[in-house]
Amino acid sequence: MTNATLSRRKSQLTKGKLPRYTVWVVLGAAVVLAAAVSALVGFSIVSWTIFAAVFFVAGATIVTATVEGGRKATDSLATYLVYGCFLLALLPLLSVIWTVLERGLPGISYDFLFTSMNGVTGAVDNDAAENGTPVLGGAYHAVIGTLQITLWATLISVPIGLLAAIYLIEYGTGGPLTRAITFFVDVMTGIPSIVAGLFAAALFGLLFGPGTRTGFVAAVALSVLMIPVVVRSTEEMLKIVPNELREASYALGVRKWRTITRVVIPTAISGIASGVTLAIARVIGETAPILVTAGFASAINWNVFSGWMSTLPTFIYYQILTPTSPTSIDASTQRAWAAALLLILMVMLLNLVARLVARMFAPKTSR
Amino acid sequence: MSKRIDVKDLNVYYSKFLAVEDVNINIEARSVTAFIGPSGCGKSTFLRTLNRMHEVIPGARVEGEVLLDGDNLYDADVDPVTVRSQIGMVFQRPNPFPTMSIRDNVLAGVKLNNKRISKSDADSLLEKSLQGANLWNEVKDRLARPGSGLSGGQQQRLCIARAIAVSPEVILMDEPCSALDPISTLAIEDLINELKSEYTVVIVTHNMQQAARVSDKTAFFNIAGTGKPGKLIEYGETATMFSKPAEKATEDYVSGRFG
Repeated sequence: MTNATLSRRKSQLTKGKLPRYTVWVVLGAAVVLAAAVSALVGFSIVSWTIFAAVFFVAGATIVTATVEGGRKATDSLATYLVYGCFLLALLPLLSVIWTVLERGLPGISYDFLFTSMNGVTGAVDNDAAENGTPVLGGAYHAVIGTLQITLWATLISVPIGLLAAIYLIEYGTGGPLTRAITFFVDVMTGIPSIVAGLFAAALFGLLFGPGTRTGFVAAVALSVLMIPVVVRSTEEMLKIVPNELREASYALGVRKWRTITRVVIPTAISGIASGVTLAIARVIGETAPILVTAGFASAINWNVFSGWMSTLPTFIYYQILTPTSPTSIDASTQRAWAAALLLILMVMLLNLVARLVARMFAPKTSR
Repeated sequence: MSKRIDVKDLNVYYSKFLAVEDVNINIEARSVTAFIGPSGCGKSTFLRTLNRMHEVIPGARVEGEVLLDGDNLYDADVDPVTVRSQIGMVFQRPNPFPTMSIRDNVLAGVKLNNKRISKSDADSLLEKSLQGANLWNEVKDRLARPGSGLSGGQQQRLCIARAIAVSPEVILMDEPCSALDPISTLAIEDLINELKSEYTVVIVTHNMQQAARVSDKTAFFNIAGTGKPGKLIEYGETATMFSKPAEKATEDYVSGRFG
């Protein structure tokens, strides 16, 4: 009975609150007002959006301030500003994805994915432009180059990075060596990628004669960029493995190295794996170090130890800068955009793999 | 199985800081010894020196002798790994390995050391250890499930099963019940009583009723003040320690008139 009476009257606890639909009313008013104001200064979508956003944030804050008070007004102002920044940050991303999809998608075909540029000359492109024959040539060789060079870079950097991180966290005692490694890893993080490329080119020039350009040299250049990322992320992951687990293992009479390989690393493996994958994603798009170390090829080359190689970024670079046919550059532009789309897809795929790996290896906690 | 421990003139340091000073204590085989005392008095630190876990902390070191059936743990040639495989430890917070199943957790001491063990031997060791930790009936249907899915009390008993699976001589327990509810605490106390018949058990506890219930002998540690080293004040039969202790400080502490 008391319940029935209680439910009929309005709760005292929600007194002085704005109804939920207020936000939408304010938004509608702001949009209409903004249309009017932007019509005064010369209508465009951009000015309309900006005015609407400003009016909405101001309006919502003022309405909240008058009805609900200062604390709530500050809260709503901050909330809408955060939303606004989020949308603003999303804008370039969406724009890039949209542009690449729009221009790259027409270029993606079986031919593009599974043939190289070998034998594709300006004449072929001119033919395609004049007679409407299909655009020949593709990025198969660049895809192979990207995968091979990145694979070798990973094979070099992961063991070095992993072991360096294990030394820093598990064995390092804060002495000069630990501090030196940490310092140089920090310095390496800041190396411009072209410098890494020149380093690898110079190193191999000294060892095997000037002008040595192979996929492997590029892999070394990329691993210079990758190692600090792997060290840093692995370090962070090893740090968060609770010390209790190490002690539990020692207390069972397990040796330190075995504790690290069998307890510490399995516990941190999901984070390490996703860190490595993100490091790969970071270097897969590098252009400058590849240009000076692997040269440029238009034919398929599976061997990283001899001959020049192309990767998707260098393929894009050359297609734009030196179109295959100087007179009808559309074919080259189309190939470049398609390659860009392919590269983005590869990086997205890698990030997806990183998440799957992280989930797969994550310590199980279910009952 | 089970050996006695004799400690002679032991000083325990964290780098330059003397944490525990001049401890002499004889711990009988097949008995339960409880360490009591206020927080920070060095009970846990001292316990960890008994299986050389103290030195895992950077800068930590020890002076003096700890004799396990007459053999000094701190002799220069002694491998701490050998010591730890004979003197097991259960920690304050249950710490099963999160990546391992219940079965693998119990067999961790064997598997992590890459010892060869046949499946039937492993199964019988698994059952024996879990029976020994009073956990078998609760987990026998879910041995392949992760150990971290158990309740806190079950996890702690899993850690005890893991410790006894390597068949140690001595089991050290560092406040094993401080994170557990009264029912799980009771289960662990019953277990300690059973373990006594086969192992030497040393337990650190803040709970004086617990010390009175489970231990044969009790050692009381105290510090004069912050920054001063902890000392062993009195060591004797538990019944005596709680009824008519020799030292005033012990009497004040066990009767709750401390400070």
